[in-house]
Amino acid sequence: MRALRRPNQLARLLNASTASGARRSSTAVPVAKPLTSVLIANRGEIALRVGRTASEYGIRTTTLYTDPDARSQHALSSPFAINLGDPAAYLDGDRIIEVAKREGCEGIHPGYGFHIAEREPNIRAEMHRGGPYLYWSAMGSYRSYGKQKSKDIMIAAGVPCIPGYHGSEQDPQYLKGEAAKIGFPVLLKAVKGGGGKGMRIASTPEVFLDQLESAKSEARNSFGDDVMLVEKYITTPRHIEVQVFADKHGNCVALGERDCSIQRRHQKVLEESPAPHLNEDVRQDLWEKARAAALAVNYEGAGTVEFIFDNDSGEFFFMEMNTRLQVEHPVTEMVTGEDLVHWQLIVAEGGKLPLTQAEIEQRISERGAAIEARIYAENPDMNFIPDSGLLLHLKTPKVTPTVRVDAGFVAGDEVSSHYDPMIAKLIVQGPTREAALQKLHSALEEYEIAGPITNIEFLKKVCVSPDFIAGNVETGYIEKHREELFERETIKLEVLGQAAIGLLLQETEKVEHDAFARASGSVVGFGTGYQQREFHLVEIPADGKGESTATTVRVRQTSPGKFNVEVNDTEYLNVDSVLDSASKTITSFYPHTRLATTFIRDEERVILFQQGKQYRLQLVVPKWAEKALGIKDVTNSVLAPMPCKVLRVEVQEGDTVVKDQPLVVIESMKMETVIRSPHDGVIAKVVHGKGDLCKAGTALVEFEEQS
Amino acid sequence: MAAAIPSRELLHLFRSSLRGTSARPHLRLHPRTCARAIATHTHSQHAEAISILPTAVDTSSADFKENKRQMDELMAKMTELHTRIAKGGHEKARAKHVARGKMLPRDRVTALIDPGTSFLELSQLAAYEVYPGEDVPAGGIVTGIGTVEGVTCMIVANDSTVKGGTYYPITVKKHLRAQAIAQENRLPCIYLVDSGGANLPHQADVFPDRDHFGRIFFNQARMSSAGIPQISVVMGPCTAGGAYVPSMSDESIIVAEQGHIFLAGPPLVKAATGEVVSAEDLGGGKLHSEISGVTDYLAVDDAHALVLARRSISNLNWIRGQAPPSSAVTKTYKEPIHDPSELSGIVGTNLRRQIPAHEVIARIVDGSVFAEFKPNYGSTLVTGFAQIYGHRVGIVANNGILFSESSLKGAHFIQLCAKRQIPLVFLQNISGFMVGADAEKGGIAKNGAKLVTAVSCAEVPKFTVVFGASAGAGNYGMCGRAYSPRFLWTWPNARTSVMGPEQLSSVMEAVGKSVDPDLKARIERESEATFGSARLWDDGVIPPEHTRRVLGMGLQAAMGGQAKEVETTFGVFRM
Repeated sequence: MRALRRPNQLARLLNASTASGARRSSTAVPVAKPLTSVLIANRGEIALRVGRTASEYGIRTTTLYTDPDARSQHALSSPFAINLGDPAAYLDGDRIIEVAKREGCEGIHPGYGFHIAEREPNIRAEMHRGGPYLYWSAMGSYRSYGKQKSKDIMIAAGVPCIPGYHGSEQDPQYLKGEAAKIGFPVLLKAVKGGGGKGMRIASTPEVFLDQLESAKSEARNSFGDDVMLVEKYITTPRHIEVQVFADKHGNCVALGERDCSIQRRHQKVLEESPAPHLNEDVRQDLWEKARAAALAVNYEGAGTVEFIFDNDSGEFFFMEMNTRLQVEHPVTEMVTGEDLVHWQLIVAEGGKLPLTQAEIEQRISERGAAIEARIYAENPDMNFIPDSGLLLHLKTPKVTPTVRVDAGFVAGDEVSSHYDPMIAKLIVQGPTREAALQKLHSALEEYEIAGPITNIEFLKKVCVSPDFIAGNVETGYIEKHREELFERETIKLEVLGQAAIGLLLQETEKVEHDAFARASGSVVGFGTGYQQREFHLVEIPADGKGESTATTVRVRQTSPGKFNVEVNDTEYLNVDSVLDSASKTITSFYPHTRLATTFIRDEERVILFQQGKQYRLQLVVPKWAEKALGIKDVTNSVLAPMPCKVLRVEVQEGDTVVKDQPLVVIESMKMETVIRSPHDGVIAKVVHGKGDLCKAGTALVEFEEQS
Repeated sequence: MAAAIPSRELLHLFRSSLRGTSARPHLRLHPRTCARAIATHTHSQHAEAISILPTAVDTSSADFKENKRQMDELMAKMTELHTRIAKGGHEKARAKHVARGKMLPRDRVTALIDPGTSFLELSQLAAYEVYPGEDVPAGGIVTGIGTVEGVTCMIVANDSTVKGGTYYPITVKKHLRAQAIAQENRLPCIYLVDSGGANLPHQADVFPDRDHFGRIFFNQARMSSAGIPQISVVMGPCTAGGAYVPSMSDESIIVAEQGHIFLAGPPLVKAATGEVVSAEDLGGGKLHSEISGVTDYLAVDDAHALVLARRSISNLNWIRGQAPPSSAVTKTYKEPIHDPSELSGIVGTNLRRQIPAHEVIARIVDGSVFAEFKPNYGSTLVTGFAQIYGHRVGIVANNGILFSESSLKGAHFIQLCAKRQIPLVFLQNISGFMVGADAEKGGIAKNGAKLVTAVSCAEVPKFTVVFGASAGAGNYGMCGRAYSPRFLWTWPNARTSVMGPEQLSSVMEAVGKSVDPDLKARIERESEATFGSARLWDDGVIPPEHTRRVLGMGLQAAMGGQAKEVETTFGVFRM
């Protein structure tokens, strides 16, 4: 694979250098001296991603971290790592600029720019003060216009825009009036927002004010600014965006489009290029409009022009322009064969774009399709609620030139509740969309993560969803295919057998090393012996609801490593099993088949990976434990679904509440969640107040006992 | 010095041990011509090859097949019998027991021992057909050796589904035997108490004598004083004398609303003093754990109690493997190269046929490696060194009648093992010492006595397996029950009696007694393995192919604990 890849890479590098070299010599703009050091002002996989390209070109990288991130991979990736302390310090743009100056970094790379993007004008100002090469920003210059003005500019440039109000008048009643003018449903969006945060839909005038408040609150917490805009809401939209790049010499190219319609909570999960079922003229038009948009604002650097595509009419509207590299940029890298961070370097150094529009189109036509799946620590079955915790086990698919994993974590790391719960991105490329999808599915089957709940199982279901395979995508896809995507599967009996064998083998490991116990472990004497043990296992209902009936698995060890296993009424005789503790794999030879299962024990939980599927089981707490350990019945309490901070408590002790009434508003992973009453009742106690930090499973509110 | 030309057998042996070498060019041994002597290097596999036992067993022969058929039939019967006994009491009694939320005694044992370890149950056939008209499976008590938190323990569990767990005479004997094993091998004792106390109709054979009920508590006190931990788990009634089991333990656990300890139960209290009190208030777990202090831990149910018992064992600070020096257990071991499952076809059930001892040894010891001592002298007794699961052992096995030479050889070998602190394994298949004028002239009495003296005095752990006949003084010379082997096991085909039924009948006739026509049949029955095992003449009947495993566990119990080495001093050997 390597050998095959090298000439391509080499050729690419040669092409790039000759192309840009030739252009540089012909340009009048003084060629900048190459960057030698850069501060990466971001965390996680993007910091690692940027660092990878920077080191490839011999640029020294300095990384930043906060207290919870001290041992994270990005912080460890460079010998130059600066502690910012406070978990929120990644947002402190001034401080980051200060650090960059102090550490003598010539440039700052903002990563996906969420945090430092807002400081971009400051960076520019600093740039002018400190000399032409002190700061390099990978930012474009668009953001400084603000959304309303940029819309006007777009319209002037012939880029279609969605009807809406982008003004500064923020009186709620006024905004409601504007919404009525546009026509419901409308979309409420924070001007400074991004990534779905600070965004709400108001489908009727009645809910408008509630949704507005909610969006504003989230925006305040995320961006420190709650200025909102109101736009027409398209009912069957697709999210299609165009990657553009512009240099200081007036060149601007479109590097193909990405369809990011598969979204949950208004955030992307699957992104692909090219967008399926797009007529070539529409595609060309999109690219054309995207470049026009970039040129209209004298754009420079990497940017993404986002369009909303109306599936019903085939129209598309300009949404916004993201002046940074995006999470899903690898999809474009896969279809163009280019390193976009390198392109950013070239542009920042004052160079010219390495490829022309025609060359890019040639590349895309040769390289087929690419698709990216975002691997999140979240529970799809509980409305994609974020999860966090220790990554007990992590096995990635085999990386090849067509299978790429951009990850910010390794096994043993903690997914912190302070930050975005994305664990990794899996990107695959294939000659066609179908081939890429098939490869994605099989790579996801290889992907094993135990610890926090992930969306991997869900992603696999999307991969085989017939409408998705057919390319019938839209942003409401997940909601519309809910039944199919969240169908509960019955667990295979062998999985339960493997779980029980694993539990037993785990405890018998120490026996094997005892010289005095060598004769032990087999049946001795007549009769069946004493080795039969019962294991009660419960399949954890993914949505936390429904019946969770325990299955009893009976295992009889007949000799070390040999078992008779009974699950329900099925008996497997003479199962030969070995647990390899290094790879955490149980290999069992059943009478009918061989199974290799990854077995992870997390105290009360057992997580198994078998034949490309994850299974999550819970051990049944023995009857006596409740009494002996004084475990309290928690049916009268409302528990925190995840580690969180209490933002507001909406009820007081003694209040009578009805089902679905908001009780507490919590924040986790930068997401606000309203905890609603599960039933009618009277509040006995508010356990946690505003500002309290709570672990998952802690009681937030207790109800009075119902007699 | 010319190199000796190897014998054909030896060469054959080497070749068979060096598979794959036959394709090499012909090996020539040059006679040394030079004057200077030099040691020829012996390769270790050649050196080892001399100890590997060969086999002459032909598994396709008619004899083998017939033997196997007979033995398999007997084994099937034994399996059926043991399986039935392992169920415990009547279906109804068991159902009632389980309905109360209690675990059956064998399930309690399984929950108590470490996962993946075996429980070596002792004397399952106890009380089998002993009490006319009464079925007392396993004598109403489960005893055996198991590993708890890595500590080899003696476990004694009452089966209250059998006659309320009351003590029949055999129950007492079995309980005391378990304690004797524990004491000898220094095994911590765990008592899972669920018993109604002495079986009153049998009180005369249960209550007062030296080896009756009272001895249980005597043993507990003596063992505790000797530093052998005593742990009780009260999972049912502990009335009268039974109340002393938990009371005399180092630590006791009681199950709430299930375990009761009192000197007299509520009916007796009412009769004696008129006081009306519930069992729970009189001697329940709460009372004893909170007020009287008779018990130390209060458990919610059986499972919880057993978790607590395991925790108690984990806190014994029991240092293991102290006794055997590092050389006593080798790092690695090999399974026998000859298949132990062939034993049934080798042995059969007809004791008239000689059982080749080497074939039996080859299917018990590690790698079938046996360093035979004096192989050509007194060859009706086979002696030699071997290893079982890496434990070094000395093996003494019958291969015919005991003659003077074989007895002398046996005594000599036992002395070697006693000096070297090597445990002895007796494989017993003996119809007796040689009789007749020549034998007496040769001093068979004094030579046999030397063997008996050596067996009696050797202070090393001894294990006896009866794999055929056990008759006459042969039983004594080969470490029968009276010679206190640490364990004695019997194969299903074994016969134990002073002499064969036919000889016995003819002796009786010769001394002029009128012979009961049923005598022969009775002796026949009484010599069967089940008869003896029911009366605890042994520690259990075992499948021949498990002999290695069972001996391994016996060695684990004897060598893995805290037993100390004791210097042997022999009695006078009559010369």
